[in-house]
Amino acid sequence: MRTILETNNLKAHYITQAFGVRRNVKAVDRISLAVRENEVYGIAGESGCGKSTLLRVLLSMVTPPLTVVEGSVTYDDGVRKQNILKLPEAELRDMRWKEISYLPQGSMYVLNPVRLIRDTFRDFISAHSPMPIRDMDNLARQYLRDLGLPDKVVNSYPHQLSGGMRQRVTIALATILAPKVVLADEPTTALDVVVQRGVIQLLEEIRLRSRSTMVIVTHDMGVHANFSERVAVLYAGKLIEEADTRTIFKNPVHPYTQHLIRSLPKLDDKSERVSIPGRPPALDSLPGGCSFHPRCPYAMDICRTEIPPLEQVEDNHRAACFLLSRDR
Amino acid sequence: MEKQSNENLLSIEEMTKVFTIRHGLSSTRFMAVDHVSLALRADIPEILAVAGESGSGKSTLAYMILGLVEPTSGRLLFKNRDVTHLAARDRRAWFMKEVQPVFQDPFSAFSPLKKVESYLYETALNFGMAKGGNADLHVDNALVTVGLSLREIKGRFPNELSGGQMQRVAIARALITNPSLLVADEPVSMLDASLRMSIVNALRDLKVKHGVSVVYITHDLATAYYAADRIAIMLRGWVVELGTVQQVLGNPLHPYTQILKKSIPEPDPTKKWTEKVVLARAETEEFLQAGCKFAARCPRVMDICKQVVPADLILDGRLIKCHLYNDSASAQIQEGAAAVTSD
Repeated sequence: MRTILETNNLKAHYITQAFGVRRNVKAVDRISLAVRENEVYGIAGESGCGKSTLLRVLLSMVTPPLTVVEGSVTYDDGVRKQNILKLPEAELRDMRWKEISYLPQGSMYVLNPVRLIRDTFRDFISAHSPMPIRDMDNLARQYLRDLGLPDKVVNSYPHQLSGGMRQRVTIALATILAPKVVLADEPTTALDVVVQRGVIQLLEEIRLRSRSTMVIVTHDMGVHANFSERVAVLYAGKLIEEADTRTIFKNPVHPYTQHLIRSLPKLDDKSERVSIPGRPPALDSLPGGCSFHPRCPYAMDICRTEIPPLEQVEDNHRAACFLLSRDR
Repeated sequence: MEKQSNENLLSIEEMTKVFTIRHGLSSTRFMAVDHVSLALRADIPEILAVAGESGSGKSTLAYMILGLVEPTSGRLLFKNRDVTHLAARDRRAWFMKEVQPVFQDPFSAFSPLKKVESYLYETALNFGMAKGGNADLHVDNALVTVGLSLREIKGRFPNELSGGQMQRVAIARALITNPSLLVADEPVSMLDASLRMSIVNALRDLKVKHGVSVVYITHDLATAYYAADRIAIMLRGWVVELGTVQQVLGNPLHPYTQILKKSIPEPDPTKKWTEKVVLARAETEEFLQAGCKFAARCPRVMDICKQVVPADLILDGRLIKCHLYNDSASAQIQEGAAAVTSD
C-alpha cells in the first residue's frame, strides 16, 4: 500500500525563554512513522505525551513556542511528494481541509454561537472552494443527509444542538470537501458511550464514502480496538511501539503497552487490575535513558543511561525497549 | 421500588427534582430526577454505581444526597433520620461528617495557591477531628488509606502532583471525618487510563478494609462493573434498571441498558461494533415525552410505550422499568419488593 503521510526523525519542541531561563519541552522526539493510504492510523498515549503536538506538526500548524527542530513531514498526494513543513503559508492554506483536514480537540465548541450552522458552512466552503450560495447550501444539506444527520440542523444555532450533535456537525464541516487525510484529535472524548459510538460510526461512514485516510488520536484504548487498523503508542514524546491493532492488544512487547492493556477493566471480568505505579514524566525534565525506566518493573542498568532505539520486532511491529535485544 | 427497612444506611424515597427552563413568557418544567427510590444497607458496606448518559439526572441525584440541591419532593433518610431539609447547624454538621463528597476534577477542587495538605488539616479542624494535637497522625492515617503518606505530599502544591495523586488526596480529605458514606461524582473521568485504576482500586479498598459505602456516579460501565456491587441505570430522571452488576451488566434486560452495554468500546479488537445505533434527540424533548422516555430510540418499541409510563417491575431480584416485561414480572411484583434491597 502507498504511504500517504510520512515523518522522518521528527523533532518538535516547545522552546520558551523567560528571564534568561530556557525551557525546552520535547513534545515530539525523533518520531518516524508512515501512514498508508486508506488506513485508520491510531495514536495512543496519556495526556502530556505529545500526541496532540504531533498532530499539529503533521498539519504544519507550527507557531512559536512550538518549533520543528529537525526532521520532515512528507505528504504524497499521488502526483508529487512534498515536505509540508517547507511549504509557504499560502499553499498550506490551499491544502488544509481540501487535502488534509483537522478536527481539533473539543471540536464541539468551535462553532460560532451567534451564527446559524448554515452560515458557518457557507463561510467554510467559500473560503476553500468558492461557489454560488445556493450550491453551498445544497452541498451542505446533501452531505448532512448522506451522513445520516438531520439536515434541518443547518437552520439551528449551536446552542440548540446537543453536544454529540455539535460534534458530528463539526466533523461533517471538516470533511465536506472530501479531504484525502483526516487528522482527528480526541474526537470522542467527553462524549457519552452511545454518542461516542455514533461518532465512530460517522467517521467510518466518511472513510467509506470519500476513501480518506484517518489519523485518530485518543487515549481511549477501547476506541482504538474498535476503529484503528494500526496503533502507535507514544510515551513522553517518543514512539515506543507500533503494530496492527490486533497485535497491540494481543501481543504487546513494550512494558508500558503491556501495562496499559492489562489495566483496562473489562465487562465480564472482576479480577483485580493493577495500575502503573508512578506518573508520566514532565517533558521538560525527562529522566535519562529510557523515559519509562522509573516506572518500569523490568528496568536494567542500560535503561538508565541509554535511549532504546525503535526496532523491528517482526513484520509491521516496531518497539523501543532493551528487553527485546536482550532476549535475542 | 425499594422498600424502606430499618437497617438502611441511606434511603432515598421518591426523590424528585423539577427544573424550569424559561423561554420568554412561557416556561417548560421537566423532572431531572423523577421519583427515584434507592437504598444502601447499613450492615454490609457496598458500592452502588449510578450510571447513565449526561442529562440522565445522576449528578443531580448525587447533589441531592449531599444536600447541595434541595429536592422538590421526596425524602432522604440517613441512618433512619430524615435529612431532607437540614437547617439546624448541629444536625447539618453531623450529616456532613457522615457523608462526604469526592468530585470530578481534583484540580478545580483544590486551589492552586494553597498547599494540598492545608485542606486535610482544615477538614480535621472543622469537624473537631484534631483534638489533643494528633492532627498529623489523623491526616497521615487518611492518606495511608489511599496509598499516600503525609511525608509525600507535605508542602506540595496541586501542580506538583499527578491527577491520580490529587484525586487520592481528595478521597483522603473525605475520609478525615471517618464518614460511613462517600458520594463520588465521576471521580475517574478526568484521569488517564494508567491512573484510573488506582482510584477505582482505592474505592474498592475503602469498602473491603474500612467498611465505607460508596455511591459511585459514573458513565463508565467498565469501571462500574469492576468496582461496584450493585448498579442503577438512569435514563432521563428514571432508574430503569437496578440490580447487582453481574445481573444488570452481565445480562441486561432493559433495551436502554442493552444499548449502553453494546456501546462500550471494549479494548478487544475481536469485538467490534457491527450494527448501527440511534442517537438521542434534544434532551428536553426526551424529558417531556409521554409514556416511556426511551420510546423514540428503543429498538423494541411497542404502541403502549408511547402512551403509558412503564411501572417498576421486579424480575429475578432486579428492578426494571419497561413494558416488555409486564407479563413475565407481574406475578412477582408483590412479593419481590424487598428482594432488591437484600440481594
